[in-house]
Amino acid sequence: MAEVAEERQKSPVVDDKIHTWPHLVRVEFLVALFVMIVLTLWSVVVDAPLEEPANPTRTPNPSKAPWYFLGLQEMLVYFDPWLAGVVLPSLIIVGLMMIPFIDINQKGNGYYTFKERKIEILTFFFGFHILWVSMIIIGTFFRGPGWNLFWPWQRWDPHKVVALANVDLPYLLGFRDYFWSSVCGGVLVLGYFVFATLAFYLWILRIKGKEFLERWGMVRFLITALLFVTMLSLPAKMFLRLAFNIKYVWVTPWFNI
Amino acid sequence: MKKWEELKKDITESQVWRAIFRHGYEDTPRNRVLMVTANVWLHLHPAKVRRHGVRMRFTWCMGGLTFLMFLVTVVTGIYLMFYYRPVAEYAYADMKYLEFDMPFGMLMRNMHRWSAHAMVVFVWLHMFRVFLTGSYKPPREFNWVVGVLLLVLTLLLSFTGYLLPWDQLSIWAVTVGSNMARATPLLGHEGPFAELVGANPIYDARAFLFGGGEIGPHTLLRFYILHCIFIPLVTSLLLAIHFWRIRRDSFSGPPL
Ligand code: HEM
Repeated sequence: MAEVAEERQKSPVVDDKIHTWPHLVRVEFLVALFVMIVLTLWSVVVDAPLEEPANPTRTPNPSKAPWYFLGLQEMLVYFDPWLAGVVLPSLIIVGLMMIPFIDINQKGNGYYTFKERKIEILTFFFGFHILWVSMIIIGTFFRGPGWNLFWPWQRWDPHKVVALANVDLPYLLGFRDYFWSSVCGGVLVLGYFVFATLAFYLWILRIKGKEFLERWGMVRFLITALLFVTMLSLPAKMFLRLAFNIKYVWVTPWFNI
Repeated sequence: MKKWEELKKDITESQVWRAIFRHGYEDTPRNRVLMVTANVWLHLHPAKVRRHGVRMRFTWCMGGLTFLMFLVTVVTGIYLMFYYRPVAEYAYADMKYLEFDMPFGMLMRNMHRWSAHAMVVFVWLHMFRVFLTGSYKPPREFNWVVGVLLLVLTLLLSFTGYLLPWDQLSIWAVTVGSNMARATPLLGHEGPFAELVGANPIYDARAFLFGGGEIGPHTLLRFYILHCIFIPLVTSLLLAIHFWRIRRDSFSGPPL
């Protein structure tokens, strides 16, 4: 004990390092103990669900994926499965892995700060909390039979009548011919990406300046723009669906968007 | 106070105590370092850490708790494996047997289930913490990538386990979750451009996952092996890399 006190006196403020044993190990032990107690009590009180035996001929309505995938299932409302279930999740994973390589802001490494990295944090917050977490909450608590919206306290009425979303955007714009609707949809989707990328460029130019964009480089910019614009396409499609009942923007013989 | 000191001395210097513990623990800086470096479990830590790194405010303990939840699922999972057979005829009955007849069966099952859920929540919070402290910035980019893989593996572990009770909840949740695989572009029979590759209901991405065109007994075995052997092994490997890199890259913190 004496030696430790002595050592502390010799190096007062310069070195803020402390011994892992006992300081860190003690915190870890106490937290682990606490969590184990809560987990055990919880497990004594709340039983894991077990329903009737599996029956492939009886589909429950609604069939919900495990809660942590309900964000994906919720996206199925707005996009076809190949997008909502495959392409977008892959982009989420790849996009997350890209973060350290596209974020060249050296500040805010190893401490909490909002001021020095506002846009980064707001973007993450938007993607993670607003989109991912709130979609999980909607999927868990607000979806009933037919994947229709219900309040959590509302009775699930399997015969609830819902306006069908079956208008495509080109149709709404006056295109009746299949070929020209396809062309129109393609122009709209590609136009969205080009236009939004440009807007993204101008926005970054305004808030971060030219010097930053040069340091950032073309490749980083394009990757970030692609990820960012794709992320925004979800609220964009949600808006089209909820405001105008639009099913697809782009219909082709091979895929629909 | 004095009495207490004397009593302590009597005990720690008795022959029985000495026979068990061989030598005392002297609280010296050297011993404090040795406690960590000479212990298999504790040596994952550095011998010294920055004061603020110890504060729960910095890490929220989330990485460590994710790991704790992983360990709980491993221990309780092994217990469950003693009683569970991944065969469609038995799986559900074994769950009932486990719940009603096995000593602590229900408790073990509950703990396995809830710690798995907690692990998913904790890993998200951990990622959020690492993002907020900017701890993915150089030189820790690679460990962030390893972390994202761990996140995916955590979700897959939970998802494959979901099927095993073989009840209505599990098969339909897994059906819904896996149906997306049949829409994979090129590789799924309902995905865009499937004709080009010749994907069909019994020969596509989902059939590969299910071991057949529909969810069935073969799926159960497949998910069981993924859940109990393959994914835990890969996760453990990546965890080793993750922990090793935390040490190599040094834990993040503001420059002194
Ligand atoms: C099974 C999942 C995981 C486990 C068990 C785990 C465990 C840990 C532990 C124990 C730490 C030490 C600091 C702390 O407790 O916060 C840590 C640090 C770290 N983790 Fe994870 N982690 C996991 C997943 C992830 C994920 C999903 C990411 C990011 C996408 C990530 C990125 C990092 C990084 C960059 C560090 C270094 C932080 C620093 O130096 O401040 N990890 N991890």
